[in-house]
Amino acid sequence: MNIQAQAPVLIIIIPLLASLINILIGTWRRDLCYPFALIVLGSCLLLAFNIMDTVINTGTIHYRIGGWAPPWGIEYVIDHLNAFIAVIVTSMSFIVSVYSRRSIEKELRASKIPYFYTLYILLTTGLLGITVTGDVFNIYVFLEITSLAGYALIAIGDEKAPMASFNYVVMGTIGACFYLLGVGYLYIMTGSLNIADLQRLLPDLYGSTVILVAFAFFLIGVSIKIAFFPLHTWLPDAYTHAPSAVSAVVASTMTKVGAYVMIRITFTVFEPRFSSEIIPMTSILGWSSVLAIISGSVLALAQTDFKRTLSYILIAEVGYIVIGLSVGNRAGFTGSVLHILNDAFMVACLFMVAGAVVYKKGSRNIDAFTGLNKRMPFTMAAFGIAAISMIGVPPTAGFFSKWYLVLGTIEAGQWVFASALLFSSLINAVIFVRILEKVYFNGENVSIPQSRDEVPLSMLFPVIFMGAGILVLGLYSGDIISSVIQHTVPKGF
Amino acid sequence: MEFVIGKYNFWVYIVLMMIGFYAMIAKRNLVKKLVGMNIFQTAIILFFVSIASKKGGATIPILQKGMTINPSQYMNPLPHVLMLTAIVVMVSTFGVALALIMMIYKKYGTLEEDEILEIERNRK
Repeated sequence: MNIQAQAPVLIIIIPLLASLINILIGTWRRDLCYPFALIVLGSCLLLAFNIMDTVINTGTIHYRIGGWAPPWGIEYVIDHLNAFIAVIVTSMSFIVSVYSRRSIEKELRASKIPYFYTLYILLTTGLLGITVTGDVFNIYVFLEITSLAGYALIAIGDEKAPMASFNYVVMGTIGACFYLLGVGYLYIMTGSLNIADLQRLLPDLYGSTVILVAFAFFLIGVSIKIAFFPLHTWLPDAYTHAPSAVSAVVASTMTKVGAYVMIRITFTVFEPRFSSEIIPMTSILGWSSVLAIISGSVLALAQTDFKRTLSYILIAEVGYIVIGLSVGNRAGFTGSVLHILNDAFMVACLFMVAGAVVYKKGSRNIDAFTGLNKRMPFTMAAFGIAAISMIGVPPTAGFFSKWYLVLGTIEAGQWVFASALLFSSLINAVIFVRILEKVYFNGENVSIPQSRDEVPLSMLFPVIFMGAGILVLGLYSGDIISSVIQHTVPKGF
Repeated sequence: MEFVIGKYNFWVYIVLMMIGFYAMIAKRNLVKKLVGMNIFQTAIILFFVSIASKKGGATIPILQKGMTINPSQYMNPLPHVLMLTAIVVMVSTFGVALALIMMIYKKYGTLEEDEILEIERNRK
């Protein structure tokens, strides 16, 4: 059997079966769950790179499940964008799983660990499923697999986590149901669920009200899932009270995959012509993004809990990604796709730093950072890199995606959008400089003797890797754009 | 009037969905919220199933060898199949949410949202 030809389906089947096997392993030997999860997620990572390689060399992959021809059967379609997102998802979940071991041991009861890894692998399965499938209903199913795993993972956090998770369930279900209604309306009009088939059938029906309603349902459903302002209310609580490792993986992958679904709906299922001309998408999404960016940043400034600050920054970052899509030109789209990658790295790094501080100091409060440069020099160095990348200082990765986003908004003549992006950078600068000042310059005020007291190596290494990754991504962003991202830009830009 | 009666399946689904939506947003009790969520989801199932039906006595024929197939004789089976999957998703969501409610009840001893918020406020 040729493994390479089966890679698109193996990347789903391996983690799906593994998540079930993991429970059995957990009942036998609890300590084997961690290495097992690492092996599974590592092989997914290799498969994702393999798929990426195939796509770059031979173009889009079409995989027919069970040999059924589309549009009757379910087809997996992987082009540059899918492969790119799949690589992001697998690398984030692999790196955070390396990190998770000690952090989870500290934050959870030992009996919960096998279930944690089962859900963790299931979350990855769902996310990968969304990225590889070429069928709108299949996306719904995987979206719900992801969300269900996410609800459970968030609920095992601290005291307030179950309530936060319950609110997330209610909001997330509304989002998924709206998405499902969108699928239903498209099915009534076209009789098809296959993305490529829909793309062929829809242009004749653009005048229909039903299609407009379907588009609206899709957009609102996905907006809830990615916590797009003003539908973000579930996110800060859920991500603050979740265990640190869960926050890191969920924050860096779920919103990104949701943004990918948004791109697929607005630019592949519907043509860019429909999304930007028939529907005034620039004004609807663009102005909501401006609100998301400004309110996210300002609310982040007002928090004293570090994870909550990050959650609000994440809401602003979602606004960044959507604003690049809404302007509808090449530079803006490139910026958005690049920002999906960069933001995954930055957010994962920052949440892992937050987890490291919780591990050592037992507090999520920003004051816990005071004078940490002596105790945790390497973690704080990675934190510093991620922080200046969030602000957008060259040569870190954050600068390049912001550069493209600002270029895109200026090209579209939307000066308010551009100034919102710059304003948010300014606020980020205030937030992070305030914390960095505590870390590096307030050490003298601390009376406790400061000796080196770093987190365990399995936690430290992923954090440093992410910090270095942000620099490397910044330096190689030109190559990433020329080899992958420029092929993802939809026709008509 | 034709607009209401001719498309009554859509009206039923919209009314049910709004009842569910109202319960999810306005009810203070978490279990009631959850029941609202279930009504909301069931409305969507009804919507999908109703779009599959055809007027004029279409059923689900049992095909035999040599039988000619006339598409107007049978209902579209695909929405039913989709809804089987959706029902599974909804049942699991309901299960997860009930488990969460158990955790919440163990922590707070109540399921009224305002009482839980009150307890949270007093804790600070």
